[in-house]
Amino acid sequence: MLDSPQTPLVSVRDLKMHFPIHAGLLRRRVGEVKAVDGVSFDVMEGETLGLVGESGCGKSTCGRAVLRLYDITSGEITIDGAEIGDTSQSKLRKMRPTMQMVFQDPQASLNPRMTVEAIIKEPLDEHTKLSESEKREKVGELMDAVGLNRQFAKRYPQAFSGGQRQRIGIARALALNPKFIVCDEPIAALDVSIQAQVVNLLEDLQEQLGLTYLFISHDLSMVRHIATRVAVMYLGKIVELAPREELYAEPLHPYTRALLSAVPEPDPSLATSNERIVLQGDVPSPANPPEGCNFCTRCPSVMDICKTVEPEYFEVAPGRFTACHLYQNTNDTAD
Amino acid sequence: MTDAPLSAVEKPRNQWWDVWAQFRTHKGAVAGLCFLIFITLFVTVGPILWDVDPGKLNIRNKNVRPIYMGLFGSDVKVAWANPMGTDNLGRDIMANIMAGGRVSLAVGWTAMILAVFLGTLIGVFAGYFKRLDGLLMRFTDLVLALPLLPLLLVMMLLFRDPLRATFGPENGIFILIVTGIGITSWMQTARIVRGDVMALKEREFVLAARSIGTPARRMITRHLLPNVMSPIMVSATLGLATAIITESALSFLGLGFPSDFPTWGKILFDSVDRMTAFPERVIWPGLAISLTVLAVNYIGDGLRDALDPRIRGQ
Repeated sequence: MLDSPQTPLVSVRDLKMHFPIHAGLLRRRVGEVKAVDGVSFDVMEGETLGLVGESGCGKSTCGRAVLRLYDITSGEITIDGAEIGDTSQSKLRKMRPTMQMVFQDPQASLNPRMTVEAIIKEPLDEHTKLSESEKREKVGELMDAVGLNRQFAKRYPQAFSGGQRQRIGIARALALNPKFIVCDEPIAALDVSIQAQVVNLLEDLQEQLGLTYLFISHDLSMVRHIATRVAVMYLGKIVELAPREELYAEPLHPYTRALLSAVPEPDPSLATSNERIVLQGDVPSPANPPEGCNFCTRCPSVMDICKTVEPEYFEVAPGRFTACHLYQNTNDTAD
Repeated sequence: MTDAPLSAVEKPRNQWWDVWAQFRTHKGAVAGLCFLIFITLFVTVGPILWDVDPGKLNIRNKNVRPIYMGLFGSDVKVAWANPMGTDNLGRDIMANIMAGGRVSLAVGWTAMILAVFLGTLIGVFAGYFKRLDGLLMRFTDLVLALPLLPLLLVMMLLFRDPLRATFGPENGIFILIVTGIGITSWMQTARIVRGDVMALKEREFVLAARSIGTPARRMITRHLLPNVMSPIMVSATLGLATAIITESALSFLGLGFPSDFPTWGKILFDSVDRMTAFPERVIWPGLAISLTVLAVNYIGDGLRDALDPRIRGQ
């Protein structure tokens, strides 16, 4: 990435999002769920950063925290040159148009009591001073852009299929001409034929409008298709971040290797030859992560140092970051 | 290309027509609406047509039975001048039910609207603003824990005379009863609304609205309130019934309206002593109360379905 002329549009440094756990009669704070625990990454202008990981590793929380839908515990978030890590929600309101989100469940992310037009119009109502007819025209344009028939503007979300609902969600996210869109598993709730449509729509829109995506998914093949770079999360931390080709060709972190070996191989002859790395045990609770490396309880190549010292997140090779004791911070890969 | 925007801009028909179309499919709701219109006309237009003073005593003409009792025997005292009969003081029962219905319905509606408004307000604030939750809900528990009837009695004793002096005997007592019932029956609504708001707050469309930058005020009016309409509607219909019945109970205890001022509850309780001899004096006001409450419940049910776009048009 060093030779790249791109500049980061979004830059996240040491982002932490801890949720308090209250228990007992007095509801005292007894601990915290470290959903996101010190995450740093950059998203370059116009690229798609894929964020992958298993369920419950903090991907969605990370995406929401970046947009400050939560009040984060600590960390710095810079979007389009503005630091929003500790900006108040009321001041943040003015910056909302630059950053938008597409949600996972297209059923739950649309208000069932509002018509499609009202849903897509809401961002315009909040941030623009257009007249009603201008807004209606803009809604029509947005519906065209995402491939929805304008005739359906007065219908309610329940009259649409999953893929169409997701298009409504995308149209709403596009309404304010954002630069940065967090796609929080936008395809997870759709069936495979519709997934391709939605992903292709997202790609087309990126090309036309120069959007930057943070694409959260647990579908590794889809991320391989859409992402420019890929970050792998495990238990609230990024364990590896690398350009797509290199990550899929030569994963560095043992967790990434295990994750990639779990991707189904469509070719049966290759499928039998590929050895599958099956991890033992369960993901530890994010409320009580293990000492040292978070992955040390399940890592196939665990060493003594892993159980005591937390590995540093550093650049192993240009553009390739990892947090693992297998690699030393001298930019050479010692195994 | 030039036609395309025009076709999108054309305004479809009004959403309220869809609501009405859905409402009409609910037979019970339509029947309820018809009955409610009938009873409202009965108590408002009725006294104009049936020009009899409900308070006029006619002791010689007391204990007249309703007109249909004439069918069962010729020795029964009936008179066309009093189709529903007269009470033990010779007052016309039909005129009393008309006059009483006006008061009962007015008290019921006003107290219900007040209670639902308070309950929704407190419920939404407690559910939406985490900081207010503890305070408002403990306050709700506090009011719930108060014994309501004694509280109302104390209120009546304390405020009856000053209010009577300010607003006149009838308006004063009306305000007092409506406020009394209103501020002692909002708690159920508040709890239900709070629970629903808390559940809705975690839904993704609220998060989506937050990512758009919708401020709390419009978040509540645009996203939360329309979605808690159903439980509010249910507690409103139940609240109307409770308000009418509480007013009856207060009148029965002699702390409601003055004794010469009829309400349905009052007519009912005045007649309880002679219930075995004159069952009609209990049946008519009782029927009026029950049918009104039933009608409002059905209307609420139909409205809830009609206002829900998920049910509408299916």
